[in-house]
Amino acid sequence: MINLAGRDILYGWGKFVFTGLGLGLLIGVTLSMAGIYRGLVDDGRVLLQNGGADLWVVQRDTLGPYAEPSSVRDDAYRGLLGIRGVAAAGNVTYLTMQIQHQRGEVRVMLVGFEPGHPGEPGYLVAGRPITRAHYEAIADLRSGLKLGERIRIRRHEYTVVGLTRRMVSSGGDPMIFVPLKDAQEVQFLRDNDALVNERARTAANPAFNRPGVPGLLEAVQASQASSHNVNVVMLRLAPGADEAVVAREIRRWKHLEAYTRADMDEILVAKLIATSAKQIFMFLVILSIVSAAIVAFIIYTMTLNKVREIAVLKLIGARNRTIAAMILQQALGLGAIGFIVGKTAATLWAPIFPKYVLLLPGDAVLGAILVLAISALASIVAIRAALRVDPATAIGG
Amino acid sequence: MSPRLGAKAIVAAAGIGAALLLGWLASSQGPLAPTKVTLAKVEQGPLVASTFGIGTVEARRSYAIGPTFASRVARVFVDQGDTVRAGQLLAELDPVDLVDRVSSGKFAAERASSTIRAAEAQLADAQSRAQLASASARRYAELRAQGFVSQEASDAKGHDADAAKAAVDAAAAQLAVSRRDRERALADVAGVGKLRAQARLVSPVDGVVSARLVEPGTTVVAGQAMLQLIDPASLWVKARIDQGQAGGVRVGQPAQIVLRSEPNRAYLGQVERVDLVSDAVTEERIVNVGFAARPEGIAVGELIEVTIRTAELSKVRSVPAAAVKRLARQDGVWQITDGRVAFRPVKFGITSLDGRSQILEGLNAGDEVVVHSERELTPGAKVRVVPAIVRAGS
Repeated sequence: MINLAGRDILYGWGKFVFTGLGLGLLIGVTLSMAGIYRGLVDDGRVLLQNGGADLWVVQRDTLGPYAEPSSVRDDAYRGLLGIRGVAAAGNVTYLTMQIQHQRGEVRVMLVGFEPGHPGEPGYLVAGRPITRAHYEAIADLRSGLKLGERIRIRRHEYTVVGLTRRMVSSGGDPMIFVPLKDAQEVQFLRDNDALVNERARTAANPAFNRPGVPGLLEAVQASQASSHNVNVVMLRLAPGADEAVVAREIRRWKHLEAYTRADMDEILVAKLIATSAKQIFMFLVILSIVSAAIVAFIIYTMTLNKVREIAVLKLIGARNRTIAAMILQQALGLGAIGFIVGKTAATLWAPIFPKYVLLLPGDAVLGAILVLAISALASIVAIRAALRVDPATAIGG
Repeated sequence: MSPRLGAKAIVAAAGIGAALLLGWLASSQGPLAPTKVTLAKVEQGPLVASTFGIGTVEARRSYAIGPTFASRVARVFVDQGDTVRAGQLLAELDPVDLVDRVSSGKFAAERASSTIRAAEAQLADAQSRAQLASASARRYAELRAQGFVSQEASDAKGHDADAAKAAVDAAAAQLAVSRRDRERALADVAGVGKLRAQARLVSPVDGVVSARLVEPGTTVVAGQAMLQLIDPASLWVKARIDQGQAGGVRVGQPAQIVLRSEPNRAYLGQVERVDLVSDAVTEERIVNVGFAARPEGIAVGELIEVTIRTAELSKVRSVPAAAVKRLARQDGVWQITDGRVAFRPVKFGITSLDGRSQILEGLNAGDEVVVHSERELTPGAKVRVVPAIVRAGS
């Protein structure tokens, strides 16, 4: 028994392969879109994993620090460390800003952290951790910065001493880690002109500039220029501690808000990135439907193009089963080629995307099953059409 | 060769190729791929422990010159940057009535001198009278004994003599009062004179004027600084060092000082004082570092960076600091056995500023540890060793 499908493909292999390639690129785009959606969600989740925290303590009645601004005094951690079950606490600040480097500018999330405490990057892909208490930075690869490069952030120059990977904000901006005190200064200290203006404004205020009280003005001005706030205190709990109990203690006695990892996940995935994730997901659904339709139409038209050959087959007495098998095999082959090309293309072009594209093996398997199922479905329609072909068309047409 | 065989061979080859491609993609590109890591050996050698802080240039001794009483500034003789000597007149306050009060005191003293002379004359007069009266009384007492005068006349003369003695005492007392008056007047003159001297502000030391805060005509209150002097030889650095890193800082340790105005030059210095009181709010220790040779044109208040060499260990085992990880509240490193990683608890000592951590126990020289990894490692994770995860220069 000869394989009619194989013979037919070999007969017109160029057409078959190029159709498969075209389909493959379309499937690749669909898989990439799934990857973009997964990446968007993963950007939010990875933000929570990076700090290694179990609890996030933020300003009361806020959804901080990612979804809303939050401000906590930087000595609040001392009280938090006293709560039973808390093993470690780290002050962290976040600030999204544009920074300049030698080859252009990049939008980053500036993270202030304390080395050795929750909030520090868990692993490096190059370089070393921060060892000086000031003016050193660890940058994410996505920022395009290199080891040893010097970047200017507001008032000071920082040296990039280490590089990380997948340290991004919920919006996908690469993170730059700097020591906490520097980050506090960046966040709260204004530029020189603003400082000078503010000093003049204070000096013009008779309440602060009284002739009989020398030194009052200087004291007031000094108090305006310093800040002791952070955005969040990250807590790591002792083994066996119940995070819900600790969070309740903090809410009740420290007058701060405490979120567990599950709460944060809810805030980030369900609130912060919900709309953009839904947007991408809707597009993914539409793209999937369109791809399915195109795959079906291509297989259908390919079969219709072979009406004459099918008629000849019928004329020489080929059985319906043989013809149906030929069409089904061709459709599945086309689907398989399309999937392989699509998966390869999606994998190869994923790293070029500016934001993270996460290609899950589960998605790939689901995609393969869908492609083959759609091919089979489309071929059924084509087979019905083929079986209705009048053998006479082979002679008459 | 039959076309059937060729077709089968091609289809089979294509199938195998596709399977290989998918397998390669799944095993090397996606989340199932082994994590790329880099390795480093435990090295033995010298390790320099340093600590880093920032601070400002300050004068160890600075002098705020101001009045001891409320007044108006009359003259200011020096300006910022002027070099002054000890005892030099820097500024003068308006003395208002102090000069007049000195003259008035002097006049009062002169008047007291005249009073003293009058009192002396009175005393002499009283003494003379007393001598006369007591002689007369003696004579009458003798006459009375012989019965030439009445008892009454004799008593009257005795009384006159007593009264004259009392007058002498009174005159002497008056003289003492007058002398005190004069002393008081002279003391007043001296006191007001001192006050007058206080209105002249002089430099207590040789130094440089660092600020001129008032101009003539300004009203100042007691204790307000009008001028500030510094001793330029006492310029040093007041550095703030994170409490977590200030443990090994001791007086006498060598330090490098980098001025913000000269970022590429390091000045040598040494720790001169470690403040006993550390800043509880910023959690920083305050360390004063002196210059070995004071830089030219240095400005008080300039931002500086200080690197203090706290210890030098000659022969210790160390690993890159990036290899130090924390798992389940234990410090340690990841090591590879049969392509999978396992966590090994290690005790670490100091970490140098260039990122090497001292090993106290747990690893031997030559052991290999994971330094960088593509993602967070978990026990048993499959890894692949590469020379570098990020290509240098990319």
